Amino acid sequence: MIKLNSNVPEGNIAEKWTNHKFNMKLVNPANKRKFDIIVVGTGLAGASAAASLAELGYNVQSFTYHDSGRRAHSIAAQGGINAAKNYQNDGDSVYRLFYDTVKGGDFRSREANVYRLAEVSNNIIDQCVAQGVPFAREYGGLLDNRSFGGAQVSRTFYARGQTGQQLLLGAISALNRQIGKGQVKLYTRREMLELVVIDGHAKGIVCRNLVTGEIEKYSAQAVVLATGGYSNVFFLSTNAMNSNATAAWRAHKKGAAFANPCYTQIHPTCLPLHGENQSKLPLMSESLRNDGRIWVPKKKGETRKANDIPEDERDYYLERKYPSFGNLSPRDISSRSAKEVCDEGRGVGGSEAVYLDFAEAIGRLGKKVIEERYGNLFDMYQTITGENPYEVPMKIYPAPHYTMGGLWVDYNLQSTIPGLFVLGEANFSDHGANRLGASALMQGLADGYFVAPYTVGNYLASEKPAKVDTDHVEFGNAVKTVDDKVQKLLSIHGKHTVDEIHKKLGRIMWNKVGMARNEKGLNEAINEIKELREDFWKNLNVVGEYKDLNQTLERAGRVADYLELGELMAVDALDRNESCGGHFREEYQTEEGEALRNDNEYSYVAAWEFQEVGKWQLHKEHLEFENVKLATRSYK
Amino acid sequence: MSSENLNLTLKIWRQKSPTSVGSFEEFKVSVSPDASILEMLDELNNDLEREGKIPVAFESDCREGICGTCGLVINGHPHGKIPKIATCQLHMRNFKNGETIYIEPFRAKAFPVIKDLIVDRSGMDKVLQAGGFISVNTGGVPDANEIPISKDVASHAMDAAECIGCGACVAACKNASAMLFVGAKVSQYSFLPQGQPERFQRVQSMVAKMDEMGFGSCTNTYACEAECPKGISVINIARMNKDFISAKIKSELTEV
Ligand SMILES: Cc1cc2nc3c(=O)[nH]c(=O)nc-3n(C[C@H](O)[C@H](O)[C@H](O)COP(=O)(O)OP(=O)(O)OC[C@H]3O[C@@H](n4cnc5c(N)ncnc54)[C@H](O)[C@@H]3O)c2cc1C
Repeated sequence: MIKLNSNVPEGNIAEKWTNHKFNMKLVNPANKRKFDIIVVGTGLAGASAAASLAELGYNVQSFTYHDSGRRAHSIAAQGGINAAKNYQNDGDSVYRLFYDTVKGGDFRSREANVYRLAEVSNNIIDQCVAQGVPFAREYGGLLDNRSFGGAQVSRTFYARGQTGQQLLLGAISALNRQIGKGQVKLYTRREMLELVVIDGHAKGIVCRNLVTGEIEKYSAQAVVLATGGYSNVFFLSTNAMNSNATAAWRAHKKGAAFANPCYTQIHPTCLPLHGENQSKLPLMSESLRNDGRIWVPKKKGETRKANDIPEDERDYYLERKYPSFGNLSPRDISSRSAKEVCDEGRGVGGSEAVYLDFAEAIGRLGKKVIEERYGNLFDMYQTITGENPYEVPMKIYPAPHYTMGGLWVDYNLQSTIPGLFVLGEANFSDHGANRLGASALMQGLADGYFVAPYTVGNYLASEKPAKVDTDHVEFGNAVKTVDDKVQKLLSIHGKHTVDEIHKKLGRIMWNKVGMARNEKGLNEAINEIKELREDFWKNLNVVGEYKDLNQTLERAGRVADYLELGELMAVDALDRNESCGGHFREEYQTEEGEALRNDNEYSYVAAWEFQEVGKWQLHKEHLEFENVKLATRSYK
Repeated sequence: MSSENLNLTLKIWRQKSPTSVGSFEEFKVSVSPDASILEMLDELNNDLEREGKIPVAFESDCREGICGTCGLVINGHPHGKIPKIATCQLHMRNFKNGETIYIEPFRAKAFPVIKDLIVDRSGMDKVLQAGGFISVNTGGVPDANEIPISKDVASHAMDAAECIGCGACVAACKNASAMLFVGAKVSQYSFLPQGQPERFQRVQSMVAKMDEMGFGSCTNTYACEAECPKGISVINIARMNKDFISAKIKSELTEV
């Protein structure tokens, strides 16, 4: 049975990381090359970790299902990355970033991890600039900042509307340098489908070569997963088409506890749904909320066009309800407020959409300034919708965007399986029940550049894990598990396509495990998901061959995992009889409709141990708040 | 938004494997004008799967025009005729009812077809691995504001850095040259103070690798810039050439 030990070092919060780094064991430089490390994922977390570990001298094998490392989903991040530089002299500090993140996460994160994140945030910006990341600058040549939701200081660094792209290209350039040197071997178009665990330690992975269909075995003395989040369980989300939970889920089934699966972030500013064949909900960066004002008509069933609705008949509901944060209120609050006004029948044209209006900002600053700030986002909006946002307000609606939950890790980012480390969005570590904007990029790079290189080294130095040959029986067993599953998927010959079932699952998740949840809906969701899972294994149709490039088969494997994970999300949401951050239980709210936490009973991380499909055991990691006083979040 | 569906004829390139002979296959579809061209292919593929037929293999990921994964030649143009968008951003409202649309993979010697519309673009990454970086290790770097960089310089570097690495420039070029792609990376670093120490060595390593990978030479037709989804300017090619010549002179001078 799993035992959770957060391994948070002793001492004052500000000194924990420094002391811990000193106390960790080191691998002598000449011995580093004797260790092999597998890093799955080449997003911000994976690329930065693989490059940094290789620079230290370890042999790294890096894996991605993409054709190139640079395609990872991180590339799509738009708005920016936080750091506590206080370049603006507006009162920022490591402590304030720490405080904002704990509060933004609605007091459901581990203080020590969050403090470390804030602490290393400044190194990230230094690192990226040294790599040639062209961040936005002011006229004097110094770095520029913007504001993001949930903060009253300007601490977000950005590169136009393509911050993720520039940061990832920076990390990938570091990775490329190590590939060129032979210190990293990159395997593209490989999908990890099993984790190999030998005597309780992670020892390797099994992949499917997505071009040839061959099943391949790779062994190492430590395995790092940086495989991203699971928002695509909803079918429609802001995530890239291929983002999926399979690597994390298969590791979960091998013994890695899954923490807080119900904490999902629904992003307030996405494009609304236009039709059945839609494949994703593109994000409009939250940075737009710096200058855009969000409103709906005061009147139900309004039929006039936006520009014909007079000022006094508009409800700027965020400014009204949260005067001090207004349009920059945190994501969970903004999303829920949008749902509320649409549920009241005040959505644009009676649909699920609200306005994001730049008329006032254009009047105040001029079109040129707005174009400079958001030009590419405005262009993107126009390309997709055919409407010009300089002239008519954008229409937006919340969509699944980020998953705070993920594999449970201790302070060292090690999962409940020794030797298996989990970084970036794939772990649960730093954002509690709600992530603040521009903090995912920060976390991914913090984990990869500045945490894992130390903690993985410490594991190797103290455990001295042995090398295992891929002829070992456990590798054989892992291959068999993968092979059986693929054969089974190909032999059902039913009538449903993979997308049909995935869309059905998405609808259950969105309606019952989405922005607002209640006991009845969650119980229904659990049953419906179980039924759908049965239907999947009985009536699915996967065309094409095993030993060939077969995208239908790839998607089928991922949806099979979503059908298990989706259930766990509902189970976790049902267990948590409180509202916090992205988890809103309708039964638990204040008279004003705000989330009502229950700190006495639910100040814990819910870490679920897999027993069999549809059956888990809950373990609780109790959370202590010694530095940030537990308080009701207020953005009024 | 939506109005009536469009009825279209698609001629799509089908090729089972790198070595097999490919050909166009015809499909009739009815699609919402609000759908993107990739969503149209998703639907077509679901229809094919329902009939037990093999769907059309094509790649895409972010569907927001930034990851560079998608890349189809549509009616002869990489990413279609509309300037400055990637394939995933091409919406069907830009086509007329009754139209025939040709959909092919990127074609270039350095981009062998893997299956149907999927090609192997790994040659581009090899060029980056040869020198597309600034050699700094993690940690031990100066404070980010230690070296001021003028807004203009940062902005020029960013213009070059916006390249999404999709390979449309190569596919658009009659010589299958990768000069725009490589030039953009070289320029980004050449603008920045951080890129100066390795400036001349970098350009030489990258150009040598580019030639080795089978990319052709540049004959200044500017088709690359015209088809680039990010509008990367051919000025970057001139900048790279300048650095390349300077590098050659320098290396000859230092040879003894
Ligand atoms: C549209 C959008 C905009 C965003 N904007 C911002 C922003 O402005 N600021 C911010 O802080 N955050 C933002 N985020 C969130 C942020 O981008 C992500 O949380 C973050 O980039 C995740 O990074 P990662 O390295 O953990 O994973 P990813 O970037 O998702 O990378 C996952 C990697 O794992 C690989 N992989 C996964 N599974 C397997 C497998 N089974 N086998 C082999 N390889 C596998 C993939 O190929 C990929 O390389 C945004 C997110 C979205 C969707």
